[in-house]
Amino acid sequence: MRANDKNSRTKQKSKFAKRLSDSKYLLLMIAPCVLYFIIFKYWPMFGLITSFQNYSVFKGITGSEWVGFKHYSTFFHDPYFFTVLKNTLLLGIFNTAWNFPMPIILALVINEIRSNKLKKFTQTVSYFPHFISVVILCGMVMSCLSPRGGIVNNIVVLFGGKPINFISDPKYFRTIYIASGIWQTTGWGTIIYLAALTGVNVELYDAAAVDGANRWQKLWNVTLPAIIPTIVVVLIMSVGRSVTIGFDKVFLLQNDANISTSEVISTYEYERGIIKGNYSYSAAIGLFMSVISSLLVIMTNTISRKLSDTALW
Amino acid sequence: MFKKIFNGDTLFELIKCLIIILTIVVSVYPLLYIFSVSISDPIEVMKGNVVLWPKGFCLDSYKEVMKNPNIITGYVNTVIYVVVGTALSVAVTTLGAYALSNKRLIFRKFFNKMFVFTMFFSGGMIPTYLVIKWCGLLNSMWSFLLMGAVSVYNLIVMRSFFEGLPKELEESAFIDGANDLRVFFSIIMPCSKAIISTMVLFYAVGIWNSFLWPFLLLDDKAKYPLQVVLRQIIISGDTKMSNSTSDVSTLPETIKYATIFFSVLPILCVYPFVQKYFVKGVMIGGVKG
Repeated sequence: MRANDKNSRTKQKSKFAKRLSDSKYLLLMIAPCVLYFIIFKYWPMFGLITSFQNYSVFKGITGSEWVGFKHYSTFFHDPYFFTVLKNTLLLGIFNTAWNFPMPIILALVINEIRSNKLKKFTQTVSYFPHFISVVILCGMVMSCLSPRGGIVNNIVVLFGGKPINFISDPKYFRTIYIASGIWQTTGWGTIIYLAALTGVNVELYDAAAVDGANRWQKLWNVTLPAIIPTIVVVLIMSVGRSVTIGFDKVFLLQNDANISTSEVISTYEYERGIIKGNYSYSAAIGLFMSVISSLLVIMTNTISRKLSDTALW
Repeated sequence: MFKKIFNGDTLFELIKCLIIILTIVVSVYPLLYIFSVSISDPIEVMKGNVVLWPKGFCLDSYKEVMKNPNIITGYVNTVIYVVVGTALSVAVTTLGAYALSNKRLIFRKFFNKMFVFTMFFSGGMIPTYLVIKWCGLLNSMWSFLLMGAVSVYNLIVMRSFFEGLPKELEESAFIDGANDLRVFFSIIMPCSKAIISTMVLFYAVGIWNSFLWPFLLLDDKAKYPLQVVLRQIIISGDTKMSNSTSDVSTLPETIKYATIFFSVLPILCVYPFVQKYFVKGVMIGGVKG
């Protein structure tokens, strides 16, 4: 202890050296992690400057020619620009709008189940779709929607309709994408709300009962307010992610017939970059997307801090 | 009258039951249907008679799946990737999270910010691809195992867990002259078995299901994991097996369904037993993160 006091009186530099040597084993432990983030997360971010170059694999970042905002202006004048942007925004907005409320509703319902066995069973069963891979999910969707013997078309035929080739029809793409997403994520999404619901003060329900509240009123006035902070945090996260449409599922459900609604920014980025090898152009598309989604996160966060005092930062 | 019902608890009960039944049916039905079709008599399937339970019994489609060398290779590859990748990920994440939870760590706030920032902003697909190409990792299993080694979310979950451990645990050991590494391996690790198994499960399922990066980074068919093989069979409809004569007893559909069920089977088998660990993990992350 006394040695510590002495050290603190000496120069800033030796204090720093002391802290450094105090945490040398901790630094050793965190080193692989830091290395990982530098190589696989920050290096690619630095690599985004290729979007201001005519990047050539042979010349590298240092040797490639600088072209400023050329790729961005090409992208904004690209004949596909509006279609791709529109598809991305619509898919993202509808997807979030549908997927966001579902877990809240289900969590409130699960919370009301009195039988513990039924509660457990409902939870176990509804979490399962989360563990199915995106490839299997898309395979299931396509098989079930298939015009030749898919279960959905069997039902359509049963009611006297003609089999519909859902997967090749652009107007069904968004519905398919969103519905399969609801199926996969709703159950899992309830966990975080159910965790918040365990913290509700039971006395509040008793107090509400004394005031003559029925179950709707209890739900609305006691249960729901308890999870508002959680709802806000999840909302900020999901709005921020809304436009960053995951590549996998769109790519797997995409085909030449439905491309007019299914081509989104990430698939376009893939096609121009990986397939056609136009790295700089593709990196520009990617950066454009990242900037939009960052702006969305900041925006939702600011709005929610003003309105409800709950925010991520 | 209507208002009375609406305001009363009867309607509440009714809606509650409806939602529960709907949830259970919608969650269970697709898999049950796929299972039923995969073991049903193909003729019944063709007639559209299979709705819920299997009609007839026929395992030919499963035989056909087992005959496909790609599926078997994919299965073996995936198992290898899951074992190696999970070990790597859990080691890096646990060590990093422990250091991050320790207040003595220098630059702790900076590291925290550095990690969390990547949740909101990333370089995107192409720059990441180029970095991996540049590292000479293309077409190697290390490419996607390394690039997915740490998930920020899991890191935060573990950090929160370690922060919740009582400080006395470590202090007594420090007095005995142990360093951080010793403390971690002989005191912290044994106390954290539950959270470490949760991490193992999170990462294992993630690698088992990962499709995008193996698909982008691997060229060699012999290295394809199951999910990439599955894409060719289920999505691209490439059910034709190597030199098997087209059998009357199997349909492309039933083969697809059998493939789907065959690949979901491992997860289906372990899921009921490990589900609670997953939930625990999300709880820790959700409540504190």
